[in-house]
Amino acid sequence: MVKAKRGSGGVSVPDNKELSGRMPTEDAGIPAELTLFLSQHTGAPSKPLVNVGDDVKRGQKIAEAQGAVSACLHAPTSGKVKAIEPRYQPVLGREVDAIVLTPDGENTLYEGIAPVGDDLEAISQEKIREVVREAGLVGLGGAAFPTAVKLTPPPGKTIDTYLLNGVECEPYLTADQKLMEESAAGVVFGFRALMKGAGVKKGIICIEDNKPDAIKAMEEAAKPYPELEIAVLSHRYPRGGEKQLIEVVLGREVPPPPGLPLDVGVIVSNVGTAYALAMALKTGLPLVERIVSVTGEGVARPVNLRALIGTPVSYLIEKAGGFSSTPGKVVLGGPMMGVSVRDTDVSIVKGTSGVLVLPAEAVKTEPVLPCIRCGRCVEACPMRLLPVWMAAYAENGYMDDAEKMRVMDCCECGACSYVCPSRRPLTQSIRLAKAHIAAKRRAAAKK
Amino acid sequence: MADKLLITSSPHIRAAKTVRSIMLDVVIALVPASVAAVVFFGVKAFGVLAASTISAVLAEYLYEKAVKRPVTVGDLSAVVTGLLLGLTLPPAVPLYVPVVGSAFAIVVAKQVFGGLGTNFVNPALAGRAFVLAAWPLHVTSAWLNPLTMDAATGATPLHAFKGGQAAGSLVDLLIGNRLGSLGETSAIAILLGGAYLLMRGVIDYRIPVAYLGTLGLGVFIFGKPGALFQGDPLRGILLGGAMLGAFFMATDYVTSPVTPKGRTYMGIGAGLITLLIRYWGDYPEGVTYAILLMNLATPLIDKFVVPRYYGYAHDVAARRKANRAGGELS
Repeated sequence: MVKAKRGSGGVSVPDNKELSGRMPTEDAGIPAELTLFLSQHTGAPSKPLVNVGDDVKRGQKIAEAQGAVSACLHAPTSGKVKAIEPRYQPVLGREVDAIVLTPDGENTLYEGIAPVGDDLEAISQEKIREVVREAGLVGLGGAAFPTAVKLTPPPGKTIDTYLLNGVECEPYLTADQKLMEESAAGVVFGFRALMKGAGVKKGIICIEDNKPDAIKAMEEAAKPYPELEIAVLSHRYPRGGEKQLIEVVLGREVPPPPGLPLDVGVIVSNVGTAYALAMALKTGLPLVERIVSVTGEGVARPVNLRALIGTPVSYLIEKAGGFSSTPGKVVLGGPMMGVSVRDTDVSIVKGTSGVLVLPAEAVKTEPVLPCIRCGRCVEACPMRLLPVWMAAYAENGYMDDAEKMRVMDCCECGACSYVCPSRRPLTQSIRLAKAHIAAKRRAAAKK
Repeated sequence: MADKLLITSSPHIRAAKTVRSIMLDVVIALVPASVAAVVFFGVKAFGVLAASTISAVLAEYLYEKAVKRPVTVGDLSAVVTGLLLGLTLPPAVPLYVPVVGSAFAIVVAKQVFGGLGTNFVNPALAGRAFVLAAWPLHVTSAWLNPLTMDAATGATPLHAFKGGQAAGSLVDLLIGNRLGSLGETSAIAILLGGAYLLMRGVIDYRIPVAYLGTLGLGVFIFGKPGALFQGDPLRGILLGGAMLGAFFMATDYVTSPVTPKGRTYMGIGAGLITLLIRYWGDYPEGVTYAILLMNLATPLIDKFVVPRYYGYAHDVAARRKANRAGGELS
């Protein structure tokens, strides 16, 4: 077992995982309409391969990756392309082109779908990389970074360790937990495939100690493989952040942006990503569904649902028994980093790990008081930045000073806002500065 | 229904601690010291504490009404300021001293500079410095004998200690059976309050530990006139206002550094200045001015003591240089 280090900053957050963590995962079924955004993540949008009116089948590629940071898109079920039009993408916060699909309810499998094999010895590294690319795999932890990009490090970089992220440090969410409990063998198979694809010899499966059943299942599944180790981390937010995980498990620090984990010889992937690869190899089915925690005090029957990519949020909430009381906030993702949405008509994307419904009485806005410089945000910051000054600079328009304090290194984990006794929106102010500086840099690059 | 969903930037949950709950914790932590003061010095102690607290709250209320700012007495910070100031005063002091001191602390040291969060010195200590200058005799000689509560003449244990004489039994010092200001006599009561604050995560242990550690070490080295390394560090810490200052004054958020390392420096600095005033100055006690001076140094500490950001080089000199130039650090 790998001994975890203390790490920097962080906050203790309530768990609330018992809400959705007790029930077995259920199938969400097929909704009346699916919205598949051509931009599932930051990076280049994919290019549609189908036209309005076309019939598509489950697993058929409907959009091709374009550019370096991009991923393919596949039809989650059989049906007809109803429209290709701009729709509101909740995570990016703007309208992007989307393929709208009307399922026919038959769920007919595409003819081209065939298993690659379940013997890793017999599958070449090139084949694994190709499958990752063709299956449209992205990081399922939230950021949805295309996995193919991670597996092909630039020449000259040696990767010695692959970390499998099953930390799931966000409160409420149990999608990864249930996946590890219920499909440990598939996750381990997918992880070994990822390691082979990247050519990495050592793998560490990282899980927080608040998921004993998942730890037990993964230990069991990983036992036959000496190249795999388990790291059990104590529960502290945001341990599951990529940079934090590398610091806590390996004691290494990723260089500041544009530095990447591969600069310190590490790749990190989410357990969901590993499982999706296992599915792609064993059944040939690309990434068309994922587990989503539909949870929070605001839903009647919190549960984990295996949902098709593009399923409307309203459909998922219905499957979880509907609202239990007047909803105050609906969040895609967890309560610390998730995105709140204006209505439930929006659809989930590949990176949506949860739909969190907070009841109206739980989201009362509190007055913002002056900063008392208690330093809690400084101690909470996992990047060891100084949110107190960065936010103050940002609020007063001193963006250059905020930049000098390394505001661009902020990972927006929300720990500073969480602990602030004056209820100051520190993370929000810092985001403002980041957006401002990013725009300034883009303008400078154009000149 | 759906159109009433609230949209905000993440995070969507918040920790339970608020400014008010923190201030309430400080008030609770001051209860043992206040009770000890009333037990040893009777109704006069109660009068001083009540006068300083009520005056502080009233001053905040009236000032904010007068300048048409939102009234903030509900955050309880004025209660803390008033109570702390009262605890630094002798028991037999005329009541106008705490009243004027608290009003000065709130209006001049705090509100004029923008209220809670923007004051640059600890209001309670600024109030004490003001009354010390205005009525030096009252503030430094209105002692009462503990328990008998008759007027005391003669020097406090701290005076005696400074002169190198015996300064009372350790037991008396610990429980507070001695001459002194209301809140500084009973070390046990202050430790009780300090332990509560540490347990509740309200204060950082670094400031009191660094402060009292530096002071104790200094007293051990220089405490005995004419001889080195023969001082009595325990009495050096227990006498005077060092305990109250270390746990309740120097730890004031607004006027102490925001980084853990900066707080250590703050404690060491306050310890050194206290030592300097006590042994090389004419004043018997240096806690007030030591902390006030470190309050003034706090912005400087915060400017220079910055953490090594995640992913940046360990080389401190290179980092400082890059910081000054605003350049890249990696």
